[in-house]
Amino acid sequence: MNSGGVGKRLTIAPYTLWMSVFVVVPIALVIYYAFTDGHGRLTLENMKSIADYGKTFFMSIKLALFSTAICLLAAYPVAYGISRFEARRQQTTIMLVMLPMWMNFLIRTYAWMTILEGNGLINRLVRAFGGEGFSIINTNGAVVLGMVYNFLPYMILPIYTVLTKIDKSTIEAAQDLGANKASIFRRVLLPMSVPGIISGITMVFVPAVSTFVISKLLGGGKTFLIGDIIENYFLGNTGSVDYNIGAALSLVLMALILISTTVMNHFDKDMGEGGGGIVG
Amino acid sequence: MKKKVLSALLCVLVLLTVAAASGCGGKSAVLNVYNWGVYIAPGVIKQFKKETGIKVNYTTYDSNEALYSKISSGAASYDVIVPSDYMISRMIEEDMLAELNFDNIPNFQYIGDSYKSLEYDSENKYSVPYTWGNTVIFYDKTKVDAEDIAEQSIDLLWNKKYSGQILMFDNPRDAFGLALKKLGYSMNTTNKSEWEAAAAELKAQKPLVQAYVMDQIYDKMISGEALIAPYYAGDLLVMQADNPNIECYIPKEGANLFADAMCVLKTSTHKAEAEMFINFMCRTDIAVKNAEEIGYATPQMEARSLLDPSITSNRSIYPPDEDLVNAEIFINLPPDITRLQSSLWTDIKKD
Repeated sequence: MNSGGVGKRLTIAPYTLWMSVFVVVPIALVIYYAFTDGHGRLTLENMKSIADYGKTFFMSIKLALFSTAICLLAAYPVAYGISRFEARRQQTTIMLVMLPMWMNFLIRTYAWMTILEGNGLINRLVRAFGGEGFSIINTNGAVVLGMVYNFLPYMILPIYTVLTKIDKSTIEAAQDLGANKASIFRRVLLPMSVPGIISGITMVFVPAVSTFVISKLLGGGKTFLIGDIIENYFLGNTGSVDYNIGAALSLVLMALILISTTVMNHFDKDMGEGGGGIVG
Repeated sequence: MKKKVLSALLCVLVLLTVAAASGCGGKSAVLNVYNWGVYIAPGVIKQFKKETGIKVNYTTYDSNEALYSKISSGAASYDVIVPSDYMISRMIEEDMLAELNFDNIPNFQYIGDSYKSLEYDSENKYSVPYTWGNTVIFYDKTKVDAEDIAEQSIDLLWNKKYSGQILMFDNPRDAFGLALKKLGYSMNTTNKSEWEAAAAELKAQKPLVQAYVMDQIYDKMISGEALIAPYYAGDLLVMQADNPNIECYIPKEGANLFADAMCVLKTSTHKAEAEMFINFMCRTDIAVKNAEEIGYATPQMEARSLLDPSITSNRSIYPPDEDLVNAEIFINLPPDITRLQSSLWTDIKKD
């Protein structure tokens, strides 16, 4: 038994090392910068200045929530549909869902920019058929669209995983007991897929709330999210490099994400029956 | 985008060159050169290696701030860098640059006198000008009315008639530069109320702006997505190659004049080789090659006289002095103004 323990520890050693070098140390640095000034002295000034960015935080959270909600509504029926396919078709469809991820995220977002533009692909098509054309590029709507497009697979996959694990006989039992389709969904399927939904929400909300590339390319630099501000402070795009405020903003963002994940996990424990999600 | 694709290609090319060079062995020094993307003619590095036996490790950056943060973080060591004017003065102030030994750079004689000893390096001890340029306002001549450009004014960027078809710089120094000039102030003002007035101008402009961009300007102007955009004159020929309707002018209120100059870092352990490289870059045949490739104006006068007259007669790229009477070179802003600029810019962008 003892040797098993050592073996176990040895096998996780590389992972532990990796985590401490690339997760623990960076977080420690973020905390250090957030609470010091340019000369390394302790200060709370950075944290106080966060208040100036309340509106931006609000906007980032709003857009991220919107995208998460749309992803959930769009992904659930898709995931359900796929989980009802026969095994081989399931594999093919899931591969199709993941196919876009084989290409770089930045390039796909860049492609959306040219698709949505006033003289973009869609508008040229609409005009070719005598339509009016529309304008969505460089608006919040385009940013949400970009988020939904990029993060939708992260919602479909965990929900699909959970749904495939639901024993068909459970549904049959519900039918035998006289439940109609609506109540099967509401009282059997939905509660049992909560872990997948929670994972999906986390996996979509977290990257959406912290993105900066999507807002830059599809929002035309006019939708300024918290990720954009952090990027600017670290790269000095606003004229001055300021790791301290950038770190303070990152820290608050991390705290927000941590809180929402914790809340979601509690929700999961209350509602869900056993695991199955990808992210706990 | 085009620039990005080009720079990617160039990186590959340079990597190949470096790879080929490293195969040759020998104990020669390796020179680390850090330059802007798409800012050298292909084959120049290879030729330098062939003539001197010195290997060059060539890498690129896309903003002065990126260059500065890379160097000041100490993450990498470079020998030759090519910062712009205001960044050079900041680096001189912070004691980051080495004094050059001009005996090793005889080709410095070809640099035009008007490009020497400028404000950012007033005794010309630290830098050798590489390119020279100014900001202009690009427009689509088929869609922007002649009467609106007759004034040759910055006001075109604030013209409500073109609402939603105007692009704007996505960096505060250039954006504020335009707004300050529009109001008749200096781009280098240290008067805080003038900065605040400029910020109000930029806020008023925001509803008219289609997007705040840097490199995406190529795509958006070439495809006709946007009609008006401020950018760097040196990019005119690149854009015209894909969309001949694009023209530009130097705004009468005053453009930003900029110089990118070669410097050697104080931490360089190959100063003599670095000076050799700078001298090589100033040699007439090499300067011609580079000027033809990158499109920005060259301060190397002999090279300039050898360039195709259709390029050197272009008033926007090689402007006559009278077009530049109101032009200004950026100088490094004091820290409190830099901070103010940063917070005003964040304000404009986030509202």
